[in-house]
Amino acid sequence: MQRIGVFVCHCGTNIAGTVDVDEIVKMVKPEQGVVHAADYPYMCSEAGQSMIINAVKAHNLSGVVICSCSPRMHETTFRKAADKAGLNPYMVEIANIREHCSWIHKDKAEATQKALILTRAAIAKAQLNSPLFPDESPVTKRALVIGGGIAGIQTALDIADAGFEVDIVESTPSIGGKMAQLDKTFPTLDCAACILTPKMVDASAHENITLYTYSQVDKVEGFVGDFTVTIRQKARSVDFDKCTGCGVCSEKCPSKKSPSEFDQGLCTRPAIYTPFAQAVPNVPVIDREACLKFKTGKCGLCETVCAPKAINFEQEDELVARKYGAVIMATGYEPVALDKFGEYSYSDSPDVITSLEFERLTNAAGPTGGDLIRLSDKRKPKSVTFIQCVGSRDVTQRGKAYCSKICCMYTAKHAMLIKEKYPDTEVNVFYIDVRTPGKAFDEFYRRAESEYGVRYIKGQVGKVIDNGDHLQIQAVDMLDNKKMDMKTDMVVLATAIEPVKSAKSIATMLTASIDTNNFMTEAHPKLRPVESPTAGVFLSGVCQGPKDIPETVAQAGAAASKVIGLLVKDKLMSNPCTAKPDALYCNGCSICENVCPYGAISYEDCEVNDHGVREVWHVAQVNKALCQGCGACVVTCPSGAMDLQGFSNRQIQAEVDAICR
Amino acid sequence: MHGNKDHQADQIRAISGAEDRKCMKCGKCSASCPSYDVMDVRPHQFVSYLRGGDIDAMLNAQSIWKCVSCFACVERCPQDVKPAQIIEAARLMVIRQQGENYLSPDDVPELLDPELPQQLLASAFRKYAK
Repeated sequence: MQRIGVFVCHCGTNIAGTVDVDEIVKMVKPEQGVVHAADYPYMCSEAGQSMIINAVKAHNLSGVVICSCSPRMHETTFRKAADKAGLNPYMVEIANIREHCSWIHKDKAEATQKALILTRAAIAKAQLNSPLFPDESPVTKRALVIGGGIAGIQTALDIADAGFEVDIVESTPSIGGKMAQLDKTFPTLDCAACILTPKMVDASAHENITLYTYSQVDKVEGFVGDFTVTIRQKARSVDFDKCTGCGVCSEKCPSKKSPSEFDQGLCTRPAIYTPFAQAVPNVPVIDREACLKFKTGKCGLCETVCAPKAINFEQEDELVARKYGAVIMATGYEPVALDKFGEYSYSDSPDVITSLEFERLTNAAGPTGGDLIRLSDKRKPKSVTFIQCVGSRDVTQRGKAYCSKICCMYTAKHAMLIKEKYPDTEVNVFYIDVRTPGKAFDEFYRRAESEYGVRYIKGQVGKVIDNGDHLQIQAVDMLDNKKMDMKTDMVVLATAIEPVKSAKSIATMLTASIDTNNFMTEAHPKLRPVESPTAGVFLSGVCQGPKDIPETVAQAGAAASKVIGLLVKDKLMSNPCTAKPDALYCNGCSICENVCPYGAISYEDCEVNDHGVREVWHVAQVNKALCQGCGACVVTCPSGAMDLQGFSNRQIQAEVDAICR
Repeated sequence: MHGNKDHQADQIRAISGAEDRKCMKCGKCSASCPSYDVMDVRPHQFVSYLRGGDIDAMLNAQSIWKCVSCFACVERCPQDVKPAQIIEAARLMVIRQQGENYLSPDDVPELLDPELPQQLLASAFRKYAK
């Protein structure tokens, strides 16, 4: 028989305002097993916890029921208090009389009755609690960062500086990500490459950082502290150790017709290429779909001209399996496809471009050397029109319901860059709302209009028509309620951003959750913004939600500090509330193995003692380190062989009985 | 003439299935409208008038007869507000006004016009004399 103490929290007036706390204390005292009951204004406070600890000792309690807020809030607090009192932490039960009762009811008598029933259920469950002991699992002191943009680079640098080894997996041939493609950065207008390339070099030179470029994550196994990740290093066809990065191969390559990914397809690149001049590592890759040697068997010119003999056409993909304690998602974003937005003529007119294409066009290292020209006739545009919110803030199936957050600022930047270079250009910006919260952000946007004379027109554009030597814009000035039928030479679309396509499959491999837009979900939107609900998985950069460079860098550092906090630990305590099979009842059907979302169940041959008869049966086994205690196997087991420790079938039946009493 | 404003606004919402509360005032509807130049009240204003309960301004607008129901505004509205359906509902409200469109037999001689086809008069009488 348990000796149970019941502690009822007022939570100020949060609970006591709706639930008669004194009545609860009075009513639970006669309950079976209850030897002590008390109330306190704030049970979670230091004084409240001392009260529990003292009562455990004074009344020799074997179990504790706390009537308070949700266990999500303070279960850990009260378990720690129990531990201090010398009680097994898993002998604590919470009756949620706040979120499930006082907050959702108005009638005090009814709420009190419900609180009493919830408390009785918790007491019934506590009667059947037994001490549980967490297992220890080791921590591999190495982190994996998926994505080598500014988010991934910053996270890796911060973890590496703390003394831990970090690997970066990047799918393209170079780290740098989207930031490497940008021209200037708002609101200071410093050159993106000038501030990014030193970080790229730092990452590459850091003794604790290993780069896996032109690579992808193929498989993830394991759990927090002990992930095993298989990385596929795609065949570069160039020997990493021999290549000196001289660039002669790219120069001589006769197949130069492939659209340059780095330049957003605005120009072409050779089949053997590095994405851009400052690429890290500065080792080219052969695009086998474009390479003549791979397509026809003839050519091999690069091999002939390569002095250090680094070209290797026979190279194959290499699989590397490594152990990691933590995984950081830093997979970033890409602009949405515009094929559903026919009215802007993006697919029909070369002079309608996206903002990312504009970045390349205005970049001194870009395909035009920084000259802003119309792609159709190479003419300098006399007038440029920007259209904001293309695909953003669009709840229809064409677009994204969210605000892409960065477009207002980069459009103001683009407008100013044009005015700076070519002051005679007429620049118009069509906007729905201008959103510029942030340090020195609104001042920046206002300067575009007041100092540079950029014209901001409120109203979304209806149609863009390519008339050959100019573009016709059909729009409405919402503030003047007047039609704008204007000619312009170039249209720049502030295109919505979305997580990269691979984010979903990587998240699935990590069993980390994503939202309806494929952004990674945080463990808590406010209080745990850089952690995934899946233990050991952390979030950095736009994979979690749209954000600009300063925010990305800040979040990257935050993710790194969380990872460091994990990696400094030698051992992790696992949750003991895991599934436990009873071999005698197990019929070997494997249904539980199939429903387990964590891959924690396997079937093994075990010796079973069936009433004195020893036999070897093929039965379910649970890996306690992998099991998250979700209970899916328990409810699916047709023979009732599976049970969840801390939430056993008997306990749940006892709760139901108590509620229905 | 137009009775309870809230009731009428709800009626327009019910007939049109449009959701004026979703409007974020981007102006895409008006920017996409081919009849914009000949409209006294523009598509985005219909949404705004419905939101503000200014039903008279909608029912008295000449625009309701200028809208060609091309549905470009419905197709392109990023918030799925359906402005053309609001205009259509306003049109139906005007047509359905009880008693307002009654044609008494006594009024018919006055309307006689040698140019007017007889069928038109007959059908108008059939429609408006009920």
